[in-house]
Amino acid sequence: MEKIRRNKWRDLLEKVIEKALLVSAVAAILVVLLISAFIFAQGWPVIQKYGLGHFLFNMEWKPLADPVRFGILPMIIGSFMVTLGAIILGVPLGVGCAVFLAEFAPRRVNKVVRPGIELLAGIPSVVYGFWGLVVIVPFIQQNLGGRGMSVLAASIVLAIMILPTVINISEDSIRAVPREYKEGSFALGATHWQTIKKVILPAARSGIITAIVLGMGRAIGETMAVILVAGNATVVPGSILDMVRTLTAHIAIEMGYAAGEHQQALFATGVVLFVVIMILNSMVLLIPRRAGDE
Amino acid sequence: MLKRKFSAVLVLVLALAMAVVLVGCGGEKAAEEGAKKSGDELTGNITIAGSTSVQPLSEELAQKFMEKHPGVTIHVQGGGSSAGVKAALEGAADIGAASRNLKESEQGKGLVEHKIAIDGIAIVTNAENTGVDDLTVEQVRKIFAGEITNWKELGGDDAKINVVSREEGSGTRGAFTELVMEYKDENGEKHEAELVADAAIQSSNGAVRTTVANDKYSIGYLSLGYLDDSVRAFKIEGVEATAENIVAGEYKISRPFLYLTKGEPEGAVKEYIDWVFSSEAQDIVAEDYVRVDK
Repeated sequence: MEKIRRNKWRDLLEKVIEKALLVSAVAAILVVLLISAFIFAQGWPVIQKYGLGHFLFNMEWKPLADPVRFGILPMIIGSFMVTLGAIILGVPLGVGCAVFLAEFAPRRVNKVVRPGIELLAGIPSVVYGFWGLVVIVPFIQQNLGGRGMSVLAASIVLAIMILPTVINISEDSIRAVPREYKEGSFALGATHWQTIKKVILPAARSGIITAIVLGMGRAIGETMAVILVAGNATVVPGSILDMVRTLTAHIAIEMGYAAGEHQQALFATGVVLFVVIMILNSMVLLIPRRAGDE
Repeated sequence: MLKRKFSAVLVLVLALAMAVVLVGCGGEKAAEEGAKKSGDELTGNITIAGSTSVQPLSEELAQKFMEKHPGVTIHVQGGGSSAGVKAALEGAADIGAASRNLKESEQGKGLVEHKIAIDGIAIVTNAENTGVDDLTVEQVRKIFAGEITNWKELGGDDAKINVVSREEGSGTRGAFTELVMEYKDENGEKHEAELVADAAIQSSNGAVRTTVANDKYSIGYLSLGYLDDSVRAFKIEGVEATAENIVAGEYKISRPFLYLTKGEPEGAVKEYIDWVFSSEAQDIVAEDYVRVDK
């Protein structure tokens, strides 16, 4: 008798917990749906009124002029330039660090480097931005010319910010390469570097690509750090030493005081950003999970 | 077994706690509403309409006042300074808000002026850029419009002027545009000079100050409250940017924030305006503007 009652209790508890977990899962999805619905609902009227082309292919952003111009092309180009720069600077560094940690680093070195990387991930982005503004920006201004606030400054700050993502995911995928591959390569007389270049990196390719795509997502989405170092002029940068404004920075900078159509146009910018990030995320799904899966 | 019982109890306690919190919230609200009806003797509706520059300050002040006197409801509306004057004259609003002095045509109609704050803007450069000391409003306009591009033209070093501005929609930028960028030509026609395209845009007074403090040949503008030793404020037509000079009306790049009432205020309106001059309310004013304690 006693035993049966206890089981009943247990079953009930199981059910309650199961339902509670289901609610959490549904809540997460619901939040995503609500946010997208809200952004689209807010941004749609102004897109409809002026036409999508007005936003996407117009070089001028004059939300308070008469007539208003809501061209976000400079911001779209800016976002891509800054992100590309961050990838070019950050990925070789990150993958190099991942190879070192997975293949060469003695345990003692690993014990120092790993918490260091985790710490890097934990620094708030505004701190990166502030550091960029007082260190990177004057450095660029004094040594390379221009105003300092530039595509380059933003790319450097972002490259550092995406390092933890790139390093962690790359290292995991390098460690996941089966031992037999490496042993087979050594058995054939290949050196360590030859093995890394010809066997390990190709085998870990999909993981490394995932790392790059997630790093790109981080770079495109980053706002606060970029605002402080990019200069934020609404013009298309002619060189990497020119000022730039990214899509996220654009929304964050003007949202504070925007009203009416100006505000809706910023939501429309959010719609564009949303679509870009969705495309990026679906790219991750297309990457085969492991070498040999394709 | 003990563990299982314990977790069952935990779930129950959590559920109970949630229920209590939910019910508690409802109860509190009801109690608050009760207090509105009886506790405070001051009741009434106040409508403030007018300048969109004064609006954010009015909203902040009104919110604080309504917290202190739950029986009073204050509606804050925009419309512009002229609309504010008109609304006060016609009695459409209890208080008209204006961010300029009354024109001659508006004086002598029984409006009482209450200067609740002064908005002052300092034109700043890097502390090390000491070649130029004094600017005229016209020179400032030409610098920000890109007509004067080198410090040499003003008697300073041979270096490009790096302009730093605020984002579209910002109150400080609005005031700067109104006080500096707008001008009348020989025929008395009103024009607005357009901001130079390669101006860096920062989204707060603090960020503008840091940018200017790190770039020797930059120029920017700040609300007076944000001046500190890291930047140097220009004299404007021989007058230093200090709170005293602004209160005395000597410093050109400033404007009063006025509350206008038709005749002397009474009742809740009087209580509100009196409170606006208290040190508690003026502390709120001083966050962004020059205080005018009586």
